[in-house]
Amino acid sequence: MTAAVASQSAGPRRIRWADMGPFIALAVVVLAGVMINSSFLSGTNIANVVTRSAFVAIIAVGATFVISSGGLDLSVGSMMAFVTGIMILAMNRLEPSMGGYAIVAGAGIGLVVGALCGLLNGLIVTVGKIEPFIATLGTMGIFRALITWMSDGGSIPIERSLREPYRPVYFGDVLGIPVPVILTLVVVLVGAFVLYRTKYGRRCMAAGSNADVARFSGVSVAKVRTTAFVIQGLCVAIAAICYIPRLGAATPTTGQLWELQVITAVVIGGTALRGGKARVWGTVAGALILEVIANLMVLSNMVSEYLVAAVQGVIIILAMLAHRFIK
Amino acid sequence: MTMSEALPIPGPSPVQPALPLPAMQAAGLCKAYGPITVLTDIALDIRAGEVHAIIGENGAGKSTLMKLLSGHVLPTAGHLAMAGQPVEFADAVAAEAAGVVLVHQEILLAGDLTVAENLFLGRELTRGPMVDDRAMNRRAAEILASIGAHCHPRDPVSGLPLAQRQLVQIARALLEPRKVVIFDEPTAVLANDEVAALLAVVRGLRDRGAAVLYISHRLDEVEALADRITVLRDGRMIGTWPARGLTQRDMAELMVGRKLDMLYPPRRPAASGDPLLRVQDLSVDHGAVQGSFAVRPGEVLGIGGMIGSGRTEMFEGLMGLRPATGSAVLNGTPMVHRSVGAWQAAGLVYLTEDRKGKGLLLDEPLGPNLTLQALTEVHPRLTLDRKAEGAAVAKAVADYDIRVRSVHLDAGQLSGGNQQKLLLAKVMLTDPQVVIIDEPTRGIDIGNKNQIYDFIDALVRTGKACIVISSELPELVGLSDRVLVMRGGRIVAELTGDQITEQNVVYAATSGEGHGPQGAQP
Repeated sequence: MTAAVASQSAGPRRIRWADMGPFIALAVVVLAGVMINSSFLSGTNIANVVTRSAFVAIIAVGATFVISSGGLDLSVGSMMAFVTGIMILAMNRLEPSMGGYAIVAGAGIGLVVGALCGLLNGLIVTVGKIEPFIATLGTMGIFRALITWMSDGGSIPIERSLREPYRPVYFGDVLGIPVPVILTLVVVLVGAFVLYRTKYGRRCMAAGSNADVARFSGVSVAKVRTTAFVIQGLCVAIAAICYIPRLGAATPTTGQLWELQVITAVVIGGTALRGGKARVWGTVAGALILEVIANLMVLSNMVSEYLVAAVQGVIIILAMLAHRFIK
Repeated sequence: MTMSEALPIPGPSPVQPALPLPAMQAAGLCKAYGPITVLTDIALDIRAGEVHAIIGENGAGKSTLMKLLSGHVLPTAGHLAMAGQPVEFADAVAAEAAGVVLVHQEILLAGDLTVAENLFLGRELTRGPMVDDRAMNRRAAEILASIGAHCHPRDPVSGLPLAQRQLVQIARALLEPRKVVIFDEPTAVLANDEVAALLAVVRGLRDRGAAVLYISHRLDEVEALADRITVLRDGRMIGTWPARGLTQRDMAELMVGRKLDMLYPPRRPAASGDPLLRVQDLSVDHGAVQGSFAVRPGEVLGIGGMIGSGRTEMFEGLMGLRPATGSAVLNGTPMVHRSVGAWQAAGLVYLTEDRKGKGLLLDEPLGPNLTLQALTEVHPRLTLDRKAEGAAVAKAVADYDIRVRSVHLDAGQLSGGNQQKLLLAKVMLTDPQVVIIDEPTRGIDIGNKNQIYDFIDALVRTGKACIVISSELPELVGLSDRVLVMRGGRIVAELTGDQITEQNVVYAATSGEGHGPQGAQP
């Protein structure tokens, strides 16, 4: 009987169409792009679109951790602005003594600050036992107020002498591939590795899928969720490092409403908002879909670009409906 | 055993003398989902003033049959008739309008609403544009009284014990007069005294002229309650018999389709030696549950008592899943820091009673479920070891006879019995010395029960120890070498040897002075 059972159980894993959804949707919008405007597929336009989606994609990888572990982080946009501000202030302060190395030191400080911001969110949620929605709604306001206060309502520009050496981090390329795209790829690969190939990823899924089951199996749900928030903070810091050379300043509106784009990217990518299912590559597809649609609206002149957010809103609702029907 | 020779040959039911038209009749009922047939050619007649029990192993098609009869699922083929008139139910609402209602197995109530609000949810009584709370509360009180529920219409449902919630759910089904009432395992989550109350409700319904269709895994209930019994096996109808002629063993053999070995393992020699686990002055939930106990190698220690007597709380406290104080020594080692992980590393595991809510990730396949509790053991390196996990799954499937079409199925798609065996394989993965199993066979069929009993027996025969918490008295009595009975959060009796009888357990659990001192020691 042993042999019979063993042979019977060795079936192949079925491809789930629901998992392919985001990629099919991305292919559809790209196809639509080609039909609407032939210059859509030009190298410069594609590079432009992918580069612009890098920030949301990087932050959304972190959000995939938080959401799949059963949390939610609304503060990422404000956190992004806050970390950007701290980094610029640090770089400017260090520039006289360190010169160009101030960028590296500032980036390091940014990563630490990002991780600490994530830790703060995580501890409020797990130790304070406050709903993630409420906890991060609170810190969202705090981070936004801090950047407004730090910039005195205006902007925090980076020192002129740092602009030139820092420029390649956003505008540069390696073998023709823009640096932000490479950075995104690295973040996604690391994220996918951690989520799918490590014990932490398993614990993350378990905590998000059913916290009680995780607890009864000896998994520390609080530790897992806090770690997810820290990973989110690190991703925000990486996005901030890449973002500074683009505009060269932090303002009270930096990263405004990005949290919505990030959550949209994660959810249309196939990650379940209630936790337990993470789709890192889907998240990237989601971020690309949002950016491609925005790009098409600019290129086509059919719909006013003021309506970009409306179209993205329609997309998330359609994606959820499609997901339900495929199921 | 002796009855089995006299068993009627499985086949079409013997023709009964002419009776008034049955309240409900099914002929040639079939249900298939795509290529998978779950029910074939079911013929039933359900009569007013009669309790008709449907029994069968898990997966025999009982629940599907209930859903077909109550309009929740549409048949692929076959006919239904009520009082001789053909009927077709488009959905459950249509069935209810025709007087057929299904009382669901799961409790589906809105916890924050009151009892009366739940009863009238979606069909509120109104006076003009306003809901008429007074009328609803009055009507609710009548219905609740008629089925012997002790809750008040204005009580919030979330504060009620499980048994009362079940009664609220039944009251909701009976709000309007019904011709056919279908119960789907109503006692699966109830303790014995609560079961008795529920059976009284069912009898009351029958005596008032309703036709009652009753599914249960508890054959003692079926024996006590049913007038006629229909047996299903593998989606086919084996036959219908008057209940009087069937013993529980006959029913079990008809369900399984073969002679059962002895359901419970033979007696083991008395356990000796120093306790493997000794727990002293455990106090859980700030003193609500307290006790001291010990278990020896080679021993099955049974924990009896009503639901709510603190059995589960005591062991969740021991595991560090609830706030608890006290001392515990496992295999000579004092356990100061008590958590699921620390216990497992020291050689003790706890298998929860709530396999769907706390035991398994229903949306994950077998592998992640099996290894969740032993991630570091199965995957010693940084990365997950897929090969080791696959091997662990294959071994678990073989060792525990988990029957699955593919190991890539999600745990939620397994039958209850296979889920329970998967859960057992999961906690056994690290080869513990002491295994605590809370309700080892709740809601699973008799074939799987038998396997789990054999497993527990084999386990303790290798010198390990097992603590079994059970609400099923025959199971508790049949498995245990020693039984501790709990009442009101305390251990009130210790039963050994011939003292272990259903009567003694019930007596100690409900009213007796007990047979041993509080906090009995071996």
